[in-house]
Amino acid sequence: MKYTPQDFKSNQEVKWCPGCGDHAILASIQRAMPDVCEALNYTKERFVFVSGIGCSSRFPYYMDTYGFHGIHGRAAAIATGIKVANPTLTVWEITGDGDALAIGGNHFIHAIRRNIDINIILFNNQIYGLTKGQYSPTSKLGMVTKTSPYGTVEHPFNPGALVLGSRGTFFARSIDVELKLTQDIMLQSAKHDGTAVTEILVNCVIFNDKTHSEIADKEFRAERTITLKHGEPMIYGKNSDKGLVMVGNKIIPVVLGENGITEKDLLVHDAKTENPGVHSMLIHMEYPDLPVALGVIRAVNDKTYDDNVRDQVIDAIEHAQIHNMDELLHSGETWEVK
Amino acid sequence: MQHKVIDTKEVVIRFTGDSGDGMQLTGTLFADASALYGNDISTFPDFPAEIRAPQGTVAGVSGFQVNIGSGEILTPGDFCDVLVAMNPAALRSNAQWAKPTASIILDSDTFDEKGIKRAGFKTDDPISELNIQDRHIIFAPITSLTKESLKDSGLDPKSILRSKNIFTLGICYYMFNRPMDSTEDYLDKKFRKKPEVAEANKKALRDGFNYAGNIHAIPNTYRVEPAKLEKGTYRYINGNQATAWGLLAASEKSGIPLFCGSYPITPATSILEELALRKDLNVKTLQCEDEIAGICTSIGAAYAGNLAVTTTSGPGLSLKSEALGLAMITELPLVIVDVQRGGPSTGIPTKTEQTDLNQALYGRNGECPIAIIAAHSPSHCFEAAFYSAKYAMEHMMPVLLLTEGFLGNGSEPWRIPAMKDYPSITPPIIKEPLETPFWPYRRDADRMARQWAFPGSKGLEHRVGGLEKNNNGNVSSDPHVHERMVKERAEKVARLANYIPDQSVLGADSGDVLVVGWGGTFGHLYTAVKELQGEGKSVSLTHFDYIFPLPKNTAEIFSKYKKIIVCELNSGQFANYLRTQHQQFIYHQYNKVQGQPFIVKEIYDAVNAIL
Repeated sequence: MKYTPQDFKSNQEVKWCPGCGDHAILASIQRAMPDVCEALNYTKERFVFVSGIGCSSRFPYYMDTYGFHGIHGRAAAIATGIKVANPTLTVWEITGDGDALAIGGNHFIHAIRRNIDINIILFNNQIYGLTKGQYSPTSKLGMVTKTSPYGTVEHPFNPGALVLGSRGTFFARSIDVELKLTQDIMLQSAKHDGTAVTEILVNCVIFNDKTHSEIADKEFRAERTITLKHGEPMIYGKNSDKGLVMVGNKIIPVVLGENGITEKDLLVHDAKTENPGVHSMLIHMEYPDLPVALGVIRAVNDKTYDDNVRDQVIDAIEHAQIHNMDELLHSGETWEVK
Repeated sequence: MQHKVIDTKEVVIRFTGDSGDGMQLTGTLFADASALYGNDISTFPDFPAEIRAPQGTVAGVSGFQVNIGSGEILTPGDFCDVLVAMNPAALRSNAQWAKPTASIILDSDTFDEKGIKRAGFKTDDPISELNIQDRHIIFAPITSLTKESLKDSGLDPKSILRSKNIFTLGICYYMFNRPMDSTEDYLDKKFRKKPEVAEANKKALRDGFNYAGNIHAIPNTYRVEPAKLEKGTYRYINGNQATAWGLLAASEKSGIPLFCGSYPITPATSILEELALRKDLNVKTLQCEDEIAGICTSIGAAYAGNLAVTTTSGPGLSLKSEALGLAMITELPLVIVDVQRGGPSTGIPTKTEQTDLNQALYGRNGECPIAIIAAHSPSHCFEAAFYSAKYAMEHMMPVLLLTEGFLGNGSEPWRIPAMKDYPSITPPIIKEPLETPFWPYRRDADRMARQWAFPGSKGLEHRVGGLEKNNNGNVSSDPHVHERMVKERAEKVARLANYIPDQSVLGADSGDVLVVGWGGTFGHLYTAVKELQGEGKSVSLTHFDYIFPLPKNTAEIFSKYKKIIVCELNSGQFANYLRTQHQQFIYHQYNKVQGQPFIVKEIYDAVNAIL
């Protein structure tokens, strides 16, 4: 029996604002779950959705799976505990730019460093929505918000750069309105062994409307973003007539057919190379100089934390000198009183 | 000088030196040897926060006190019969602990002009300056004797100097007629890969012993007969190890794997270290990025169906406060161990206190009562940890276990219990749905515990979290639902009183004065109370292991005495708590906040003052 998206919908009313990008992501993930189950032979009861605090963190209530709505910033730690305690579960962390990168920054980078096998979906709307419009660690420099009436004076994080800096093994990017792309990425995230971080650019219709619109709006999207696919040349544009080449140590955009450029001259995406150099360049691409990279940018194999923990325990039990409490209590120096 | 062997019931010896001198090891080896010999013992490590403070200064002095006896030993002793001081700084900061009749062994090589000055003495005569001329002072050139002893050992000069403490230990073994086998075994094991170091240390030990026998400067040696302990197999255990093992025991009894998420913090770290060793018993330990992750990973593990534990000390408990609320509102089993130390803030991290009680009782936002259990001796940490885990799992709630630095680092002989004598642990685990949809916060009638549904169980999918919920698991901010859920959660904790043992009294069940204590002060309080009882005074002790909720017969006990005095190592936190719980009584107080355990005499005097 194949699951349907309906199987993953809870009976709870979805309470996000009308027009919020979160609705689209919920739909993408609910559509992706049956694919994940089929590809990996999972049953629904193995899914746990964990979140912190913020608009996006209400997500677990809308999934008919196991769910844990945690406290602000701590979802990665809670998810880590769940996965280590029971590695057969498939654990999904739903978080936002404030939750993961401000109050939860420490847990975020350490989860990634450990390469614990969880999926982190980072809803990036570059604003604090639930507290009604204060700047976040991803807000653009100079952005005017309630707590930065004269514009922010701090530089934003690039979440992907943080992932690489934490020796991340998987990073993908999507946009709320790219439902099919998000759905595909979710499958690849699930298949990845290790911490898989997907940044989804989300529109906050109330407090930060159109923050991503210069790349996300339908009329620009094809020209201003590039969807990367492992093993394929980097082509983009409405007519698939543009591409990326490496000149010296820089990635530059080109038009196919101009100056004798052909598809063979284009960079071919290698998500699986361990070297983060090109991945870093792709992650940092920004409009208007370059198209913003979408899709799975990095997916490299490495041992996971939960595997390492399990292997140590199995090994220790196999070679155990102590098998139970009574043996432990009597181990080492003891003496008899008669 | 006439050599005398003194038969005595109890002797206290205090080893002091630079924190690099190996005094903790020396003391531990002496305690081990005494325990193996059959004495009852109690130990008290007293060391600075700095790993290696400037050599020769008072700030860097590390001490280890051990009390050995042929009868029951409940405390490490107030004042010592023998003080070992490896340098002038150690003498300066520890002379106050030497009894008027004490012998003091000094490494005379360190008492040069430079050493005396570094220790902060104003004159060149430390003995007069400290006014300890009437003590029996034994000047032994320990440094030069160790050098001489090991000159042919092949060790480099630095390594030779490191054996000073073992040479000193040899002197003490002579003074106390201790067998040296256990220490020799230890040295063989520790230096298995460096047999020349093992041999050198064994030689230093024997030479120290022989030196003491030859010099005739030691007037008295002591004989402390083995204690008449209850029959059985014994081992030596410290409080943190006992805590770790109690949790392991609960894991075995319940069949639920143990998970510990924690962050290193003095004086709790060795619990994490001990658990990390026990992967062979299916333990998973996660050294986290911070205290908050320590508790949050544990909450995640509890949700996923592990016996989850997080270990910390006061500052760490502060960091965990918000997450404690999360564990409480999600009604997950969790044991939080707080090995208390001197506060506030970083305070005096290596010193002992009972100052986290208020934090444990009240330190959270919202209506958030959490059950509190306290350990009263190093070995009792085993029992206290076992029952904390049992009640956490069976009642589906976090339990806070308070121990103290004094207990965590202190050690005593322990009659090894048999696991078959411990009760079963049966958490309310649900494996398949009895109703659709599953209501995560439906409660059983007696304990009011909810059911524990592990993710992975078909048909029991449910959501928990920090938002207030109805019993069906759906988010609710309905005022009446909130108030009802607040009351239900509080009632669940209150009903633990139906499951814990009744409070007991040591001494007559009525009388003039009732001494009330809790936690790690038990040994001192009981020793003082026994002394008073021995003098025919009408004094009893009741010592609380169960702090919140209190045992049901608490008021009944209190009502039988004319006066109640609450003794604790804080400014009166338990006394104030009792005033809120049982307002009808007048509570006298005896308090001390010095980062040090009680002295028996203080309690004796305080009780006498109100008799």
